[in-house]
Amino acid sequence: MSSDNQPFVTDSSKVGTETREARLAGQDNRFNSRLREAFGSSPFILTKFDKFMNWVRGSSMFMLQFGIACCSIEMMHTYAVKHDLDRFGAGVPRASPRQADVIIIPGTIVSKFAPRMKRVYDQMPEPKFVIGMGSCTISGGPFQEGYNVVKGAEEVIPVDIHVPGCPPRPEALVYGVAKLQERVANGESSPVTVKPYELEEFGDLERDEIVEQLADDIDVDDLVMRYNWGDSP
Amino acid sequence: MSVELPADADAVQTPEEIEAVLGDLVIGRDDHENAPGFIIKPDTVVDALDRLREQAGFDHLSCVTAQEYADRYESIYHLTSYGDRTKEVSIIVPTDKENPVSQSANEVFRTADWHEREAYDLVGIEYDEHPDLRRILLPETWQGHPLGQSYDQDRPQVVPLREHANPLKEDQQADEDDETMFLNIGPHHPATHGVLHIETVLDGEQVVDLEPDIGYLHRCEEQVCQNSTYRYQIMPYPDRWDYISAGLLNEWAYARTAEQLADIEVPEYAQVIRTMGAELCRMAAHFLALGTFALDIYGDFTALFMYSIRDREKVQNILEELTGQRLMFNYFRLGGVVWDLPEPREEFFEMTRDFLDELPTALEEYHDMMTSNEILQMRTVDTGVLPADVAKSYGATGPVARASGIDYDVRRDDPYGYYENLDWDVITEDGCDNFSRLLVRMREVEESAKIVEQCIDLLEDWPEDERNIQSNVPRTIKPDDDAEIYKAVEGAKGELGIYMRADGTEKPARFKIRSPCFSNLQTLPEMSNGEYVPDAIASLGSLDIVLGEVDR
Repeated sequence: MSSDNQPFVTDSSKVGTETREARLAGQDNRFNSRLREAFGSSPFILTKFDKFMNWVRGSSMFMLQFGIACCSIEMMHTYAVKHDLDRFGAGVPRASPRQADVIIIPGTIVSKFAPRMKRVYDQMPEPKFVIGMGSCTISGGPFQEGYNVVKGAEEVIPVDIHVPGCPPRPEALVYGVAKLQERVANGESSPVTVKPYELEEFGDLERDEIVEQLADDIDVDDLVMRYNWGDSP
Repeated sequence: MSVELPADADAVQTPEEIEAVLGDLVIGRDDHENAPGFIIKPDTVVDALDRLREQAGFDHLSCVTAQEYADRYESIYHLTSYGDRTKEVSIIVPTDKENPVSQSANEVFRTADWHEREAYDLVGIEYDEHPDLRRILLPETWQGHPLGQSYDQDRPQVVPLREHANPLKEDQQADEDDETMFLNIGPHHPATHGVLHIETVLDGEQVVDLEPDIGYLHRCEEQVCQNSTYRYQIMPYPDRWDYISAGLLNEWAYARTAEQLADIEVPEYAQVIRTMGAELCRMAAHFLALGTFALDIYGDFTALFMYSIRDREKVQNILEELTGQRLMFNYFRLGGVVWDLPEPREEFFEMTRDFLDELPTALEEYHDMMTSNEILQMRTVDTGVLPADVAKSYGATGPVARASGIDYDVRRDDPYGYYENLDWDVITEDGCDNFSRLLVRMREVEESAKIVEQCIDLLEDWPEDERNIQSNVPRTIKPDDDAEIYKAVEGAKGELGIYMRADGTEKPARFKIRSPCFSNLQTLPEMSNGEYVPDAIASLGSLDIVLGEVDR
């Protein structure tokens, strides 16, 4: 067997296994590859559709081109040369939220911007994921005492991964993205349920006419955030 | 009049001469550390500023500070001259507590428009005859004035979108027979360099009216600084005003002001390090300006943007060696810098020299792809024209002013650091258009490289036993009660000034930031009205604003 035909295998003696030997007998060796090795003796993959979709989602993420403050500078560096987020299948920023499925929130959120950011998030199609970049998206960071500063992105939209730092280094952001991919691929970070947040407020109430009507009255576009000062830490 | 006035307006220099110009308008004196201060009545603002501009050569309204005392409100107009930066005067306008109304200076200096709106928004002084006195930084639904004394600064007032004014609503639309169209650009838009909102009215492809709407990144920087101590706590924040790697330049603005206020000396060796670091920062900031400008003009995300990021990475590596941080350096201390150059020093020098040696080749690439590119020339030459007198009226500074032929650079005109001992030039261009602003930035990178090179030569030969990085500064700094100062440095975007008032404690009673981007952005309508939409975007890119500094 000539190794010239097998670009994936450099030294066939090192990757030879019993399974492989068994398979090799009388087979066309173009079916042999590392991928085949990984999948076992059958050239077919059996998996759950959900699991497959999760793997696909995690492996090809379209980021939203979304800059707020200081962290967006480091985010640009993460996309660009040297750090090159594209290596991890997550490096093409989309200018429109309609085409994106991950939003990185890079910076401080203030009262005037919070409703706008919620609007941008709402415009993204499901399933969507959120990476909070920097301390400001965790707690308001160094500006926490500011009269105008929203104390963390989670006051406004749900966040999947927090990357701490002020600002985080590009390496840290890459790590955060990789962690998110891992979670998505494992199905741990389930897609956000399509449901107006406020419906939660009705809790276990029986869905009688009144509750239904109240639910209908909710204008989803108008919901700013599931935000309640009383519950805030 | 006891003082003989010189015939030439620019020759008016001494406080006595300025007082003679103002004549009977002066009702008191309240001198600041940097300049004489004259108190005038609230209804004579236009008169006083007009006299100072016409008869004493004060043609630059650098900043308007507003503050509330226990018994009064006060607006301070910090005036200086484009021809002579060391000539400064403060015009102080007290207004009473019950009814804080003061005359607007908008008639004399167009830049007062936004500055007074900010004063109204944050402190609560109302300006008579102001063309458009609305909130500027906070949402229009905000209740109260947060830098006023009675305001409870507890929590942000977040309201749903429906509470905000919606220009697209029917009742705000133009009449049907009108042929204009309203267009929102931003606050989330790739070409706005952050969270800027531009309300544009279009007639076909032409801009009829354009108004920047800011405040989407108002992070209460002034309040945060007022709640921090001079010695250590304030210094990390300047990094976050202009965050395009211009951290050391901003830190220098605070360091310079506080050092003069508290009378702190800085050793010469530290000044050389500061100068070198600051110029490296300026280069990094200008690189990003070039890259994003190319991105705005012809969507070049692949080549030029990556080139500029590549060069920024090199500068950031050097700065990281020096300060320990990529972006938020926190390297300056009052009275010096926090630590010496990294050991082994030879490696650091070699690294920096390598970068400087490669720079001419890199700049040649930029020139090949940008300035000699016909598409870019068609888009930028003679678009976004900003005549020098308009730029002066709006208080434009930095590369924006220098591209309009205004020979003004704080580094040279009001020297600080080690600049006056080095050999470098102030770059000006006479084109007044987008192309000139691009050229000025590119040539300033060369000048900065010259400065860095000279600093390295100096540092290399500096005797080992004279490497004093910090003077002896007390642990707590308490400047005298009621000492006031306004000082500026040349940031990456222009004149970055800081006003501080001490109240005898270890925290400033008022901390006001004069941001160059804030004033520069104000010129956008002048440059864009009547032009095409893409040219308006090009003009915005050429202004090179940072929203963190515009909104503070």
